[in-house]
Amino acid sequence: MGALLDVDGLTVTLPTAAGPGQAVRGLSFRIGAGETLGIVGESGSGKTMVALAIMGMLPEGATADGAVRFDGHDLLTLPERDLCRLRGDRVAMIFQEPMTALNPLHRVGDQIAEPLMLHRGFGREAALGQAADLLRRVGLSEPEARLRQYPHQLSGGQRQRVLIAMALSCEPDLLIADEPTTALDATVRSHILDLIADLVAERGMALVLISHDLATVDRVTQRTLVMYGGDAVERGRTADIFARPRHPYTQGLLGARPLPDLSRDASGPRPRLVTIPGTVPDLAGLPPGCRFHGRCAIGIDACAAAIPPTIDAGGHGAACIRLDA
Amino acid sequence: MTTALLQLENVVRHYRLPRTHLFRTPPVIRAVDGVSLSVAPGETLGVVGESGSGKSTLARLAMALERPDAGRVRFNGEDLAALSADDLRTRRRQFQMVFQDPFGSLDPRMTVRRIVAEPLRSTTDIAQADYADRIAEAITAVGLRPADLEKYPHEFSGGQRQRIAIARAVVTRPALLVADEPVSALDVSVQAQILNLFMDLQDRYGLACLFISHDLGVVASLCDRVAVMRQGGIVESGTVRQIFTAPSHDYTRALLAAVPRRTV
Repeated sequence: MGALLDVDGLTVTLPTAAGPGQAVRGLSFRIGAGETLGIVGESGSGKTMVALAIMGMLPEGATADGAVRFDGHDLLTLPERDLCRLRGDRVAMIFQEPMTALNPLHRVGDQIAEPLMLHRGFGREAALGQAADLLRRVGLSEPEARLRQYPHQLSGGQRQRVLIAMALSCEPDLLIADEPTTALDATVRSHILDLIADLVAERGMALVLISHDLATVDRVTQRTLVMYGGDAVERGRTADIFARPRHPYTQGLLGARPLPDLSRDASGPRPRLVTIPGTVPDLAGLPPGCRFHGRCAIGIDACAAAIPPTIDAGGHGAACIRLDA
Repeated sequence: MTTALLQLENVVRHYRLPRTHLFRTPPVIRAVDGVSLSVAPGETLGVVGESGSGKSTLARLAMALERPDAGRVRFNGEDLAALSADDLRTRRRQFQMVFQDPFGSLDPRMTVRRIVAEPLRSTTDIAQADYADRIAEAITAVGLRPADLEKYPHEFSGGQRQRIAIARAVVTRPALLVADEPVSALDVSVQAQILNLFMDLQDRYGLACLFISHDLGVVASLCDRVAVMRQGGIVESGTVRQIFTAPSHDYTRALLAAVPRRTV
């Protein structure tokens, strides 16, 4: 049986002032029904471009090579008309910015009802009734009253719930969530993540969760893919990656997390956090070979010579030639 | 007992919203509603809370950017609201602020040199001839090079911009830094660099810090004591260890549940 989503050698090239830059380089992954995959990376890692490429919503001037197969259709070559039929119906996306992803001029109810009317042939009344059910399902109080409200009347957490309701309206087979909780407070974030996890389990949806927040990915996903500079540098079961990171970048990223050190005395010296020297390189100035090479503590000349192959160990792969160092 | 560097005594700040109805009293937001806290010289106090808890208003009150409606904000024992505008300006070299947004807090039309030099203009005891030395010292202390002084903010990354903002804050050699979410716009790897820089500068200059953040993990790695803020009031305060091992308030427990723990 083929995977529901099969991303095969995806390369996304973006125009920059200094010429074209590869935001994603030869990325491959698969995800089946009911599976959850986290894509982790800092800004500039290319993770959002992966989501946009799947949705066929890359920015003007960007080109995508390789293949993105969804249930047998290559989304990269599918005509826009057919893509429109899939989007919002079988493939849905939750966007990062709950403040800007909703149309400020339309009532919340109409925005949730739209995909139902478009894809499922619901009449307006029926679609609004369904929208109220969805709002109840995502935990908003007084759903019937909410339907008549405009986005500016809702808080950030409420808007994010509306976006989730919208994405779920047609019961998609694949849900892509790009930083769904980044703009939210910690306590609201917990609720939203639990909600997404419940819905995935309940409906057998496939979930691609994209985040720079390691804790978010750790909490929700079974498998994780770590991106740096457009490359997948590490992949495997989420629990394995968090317990035993293999790639130097993943190790640095996990080590840099500020975590409470309870052994410290209030008046004692403060231990410094582990840091990764330097910053994520610009799209136009990506180094050849391993893109982490310039910032890596164990890098050698050979790292810059060729793209490192992913070396697998029991389903836990890392793209590094210095794993034994 | 040593005197506190910064002391807030029952500080209140309410904002009156526009009238919703002609004959009703306008609604009032109790942004800060009777907060008392103190920061000793060299100490780091973290204030955690979620959006709307009043922590940014607290920072502005501590910086004398706002006047309290009631209560007092004392710096070195002096009531800041009672000072004349001139006196307040000369005191400002003692307490400086770092803001959240490294893109909005630096004037894009100024060179880094002018940005870092600005707080010096309000001082009277530093000779203009020494400005260049002080600016060069500040920019080196934050890990940038003197050559960077002639550049403009857009030439720097988010983390580097935050370094520039910190250089501006330490150029007058203040006794207190007030930092409002200074690392929340940064990626994890850069965030760690900036938190280490805070610790280095504090150790080097004996700087006290009022550090405001929504992230308990960040606060715990930097601060000596933590105060948890909610709806304009402090619901709980104590050492990092007390707050993390024996939280007494439900809200603190809810915040803690959202913090990742080191499992290895």
